Amino acid sequence: MTRKPATREKLEAGLKRRRRKELAFQLVGMLATTVGIVFLGVFFADLLGKGSSAFVQTFVKLDVEFTEDVLAPGGELDLAYADFDGLVRDALREEFPNVSGRSERRDLYRLVSIAAGYQMRDMIIADPGLLGSTETIWVPASSTVDMFVKGNIDPALDEALRPLSDAQLAWISDLQSSGRLETQFNSALFNNGDSREPELAGIRGALMGSFYMLIITVMLAFPVGVAAAIYLEEFAPRSRWSDLIEVNINNLAAVPSIVFGLLGLAVFINWVGIPRSAPLVGGLVLSLLTLPVIIIASRAAIKAVPPSIREAALGLGASEMQVVFHHVMPLALPGMLTGAIIGMSRALGESAPLLMIGMVAFIVDVPGGFSDPATALPVQIYLWADSPERAFAERTSAAIIVLLAFLLLMNLAAVILRKRMERKW
Amino acid sequence: MANRNTAIVVFASAVVATVLSASAIAQAGRDYIYIVGSSTVYPFATVVAERFGRGTEFKTPKVESTGSGGGLKLFCEGVGVDYPDITNASRAIKQSEVDTCASNGVAEIIEVKIGYDGIVIANAIDAEAVSLTLADIFLALAKNVPGGKDGELIENPYMTWADVNAELPEVRIEVLGPPPTSGTRDAFVELAMEGGCKTVPWIKALKESDGDAYKAVCHTIREDGAFVEAGENDNLIVQKLEANPNAFGIFGFSFLDQNTDKVKGTSVEGVAPTFDAIADGDYPVSRPLYFYAKKAHVDVIPGLRGFLREFSSERAWGDEGYLSDRGLIPMPEEERREVATAVRELKPLSAAAH
Repeated sequence: MTRKPATREKLEAGLKRRRRKELAFQLVGMLATTVGIVFLGVFFADLLGKGSSAFVQTFVKLDVEFTEDVLAPGGELDLAYADFDGLVRDALREEFPNVSGRSERRDLYRLVSIAAGYQMRDMIIADPGLLGSTETIWVPASSTVDMFVKGNIDPALDEALRPLSDAQLAWISDLQSSGRLETQFNSALFNNGDSREPELAGIRGALMGSFYMLIITVMLAFPVGVAAAIYLEEFAPRSRWSDLIEVNINNLAAVPSIVFGLLGLAVFINWVGIPRSAPLVGGLVLSLLTLPVIIIASRAAIKAVPPSIREAALGLGASEMQVVFHHVMPLALPGMLTGAIIGMSRALGESAPLLMIGMVAFIVDVPGGFSDPATALPVQIYLWADSPERAFAERTSAAIIVLLAFLLLMNLAAVILRKRMERKW
Repeated sequence: MANRNTAIVVFASAVVATVLSASAIAQAGRDYIYIVGSSTVYPFATVVAERFGRGTEFKTPKVESTGSGGGLKLFCEGVGVDYPDITNASRAIKQSEVDTCASNGVAEIIEVKIGYDGIVIANAIDAEAVSLTLADIFLALAKNVPGGKDGELIENPYMTWADVNAELPEVRIEVLGPPPTSGTRDAFVELAMEGGCKTVPWIKALKESDGDAYKAVCHTIREDGAFVEAGENDNLIVQKLEANPNAFGIFGFSFLDQNTDKVKGTSVEGVAPTFDAIADGDYPVSRPLYFYAKKAHVDVIPGLRGFLREFSSERAWGDEGYLSDRGLIPMPEEERREVATAVRELKPLSAAAH
């Protein structure tokens, strides 16, 4: 009779210990999750804080005259040698007639971007009838003015230490008070290719490069990956060979991506002879990179199809081929697609293999095909992060935001696809 | 079922088509200039490339950043549309590279010196300003330094700048610099470290008697944490200096030029790293920058001749040219005129004064 309470006490003491352990484990888990979320929050806040200002750009309103003497000296429009920059300078002098002296004028001209001249040229190409007229246009301010307007340059600093002189600051505030200087949406960021002038630089070239590469990757990696998965899962005899292949595929998925770049350099560029920097090479390399991911995901999807479905189909007289293509594949397709999208989003974020195949390059023209030189979005981020001009810092963050938005969209698509097409047995 | 089979056929033909088109593209020509090479020259070459592309009917040249050595390797692989037309370098081409080029059929190379780059040692704007000599730099950063008597080397014992030179502040030595793969590091070691190393008489004598030992003493940077390899990204070094007023950083002049409100350059041998001091050659740690072009490609690659003209024009590399706005230090006017003439005449390397 005395033994019973003793057991119970022992048990209760043990129970307490167990509950304490459970609680401690939960606390550690919660702490780990919190730390993760905090890091993510800091990362996003930092990115948004730095990058959001790149989506707007400072513009200056100028009254430019398309002077006939300058643009059409012989009576005919002569664009190759026309001095558009000179016309922009004339407009600035008109705006500030009191500025005299060579170095002061130079300071004045530096308020607006060299993009102003290009903008005038584009206007007159689009409408030659503008010749001789005066137009009021908004032109981008230079990147130092833009940085000042966005608060990245401290006017209280000593004049010698900041990139804008006292006179320039006075002109800026004049323009501001007369409504001739304001920030507008930075459409150049989405419409232009790369540029060494921050106010002209855009991610369009890099986005198109990434787009062409992903098209190649989808076209190659998805069919090959799915075919390999189906063969390995449904048809290949179980032998030492198939085990070896399986181990190798799993291994390949874990190989550092730079290795694929070296492979691409050796095989596609040096041996096949595809030009460097082409989205075609990038796409081929990235498809090698995503292939193992797609094979593994597809095999898992095929394995998840219940054997009863195969057996029922076989029992009704379907051939093995018919079983696979009529029954197994449609049911496994959502899983395969999810794997493919996750593989693609990994490919989109890759930069290391692209370093080896010449995609770390300054390319202004937006690529128009698979063989035009191109960069990719992550590479563009890398190049901008290394640029001396201050204004590229915010553009780097902006490009990262765009990249993250695309990754988020792709992963969201994968989740939605899985949720909508998933079948439960 | 017919549909599924079609789908398989489409997939298969897509694969075949991609591979086939790959080999077709490989044989096509090239209508843009292809430039590779140094990451130090990259910011300048890209500006010229962009202006050239926007100002002419030609396409904008493609500029790849591969490093000086990597660029010359690609450049010397051969003549033809598959190989670069121009390579940028933050050092002169080596004889071994000229030989490699020649053995691959790249016989006539046009050397173009474009200007100078200063390598600055900087610290945060609100930190104490110091003035270093080359000897200070060597003693602070070398792995082994001269001991008490001639010919004796001891492992670098100096922990603070005051240990090196009593006039310097009592602050722990902490210098952020580029990794060994960088051209900036090569130039820093050659100009600053070796320059300071040579001030020790017995080491200078060693140069004659045992060149390898001399190099080992002068070119080896300490590895005990006083010198921190900060990667190729100079913006990162500027950020770290801002956060740590005790640290110094080593980077190219253009980054100092863009960040004068955050960091300040340290005087070396009493000369501050300013635009004028580097241009006059007074500032001791500066190096010439070059690019090399293939004569055989001129008039074959559209626009190459025009690009060479643009790069060597006064409006690009002149005293008030757009490259000087980006931090390139121009050569003296006479030298500019000489190089520009040589470029116009497409004078190859062997004939040009080297």
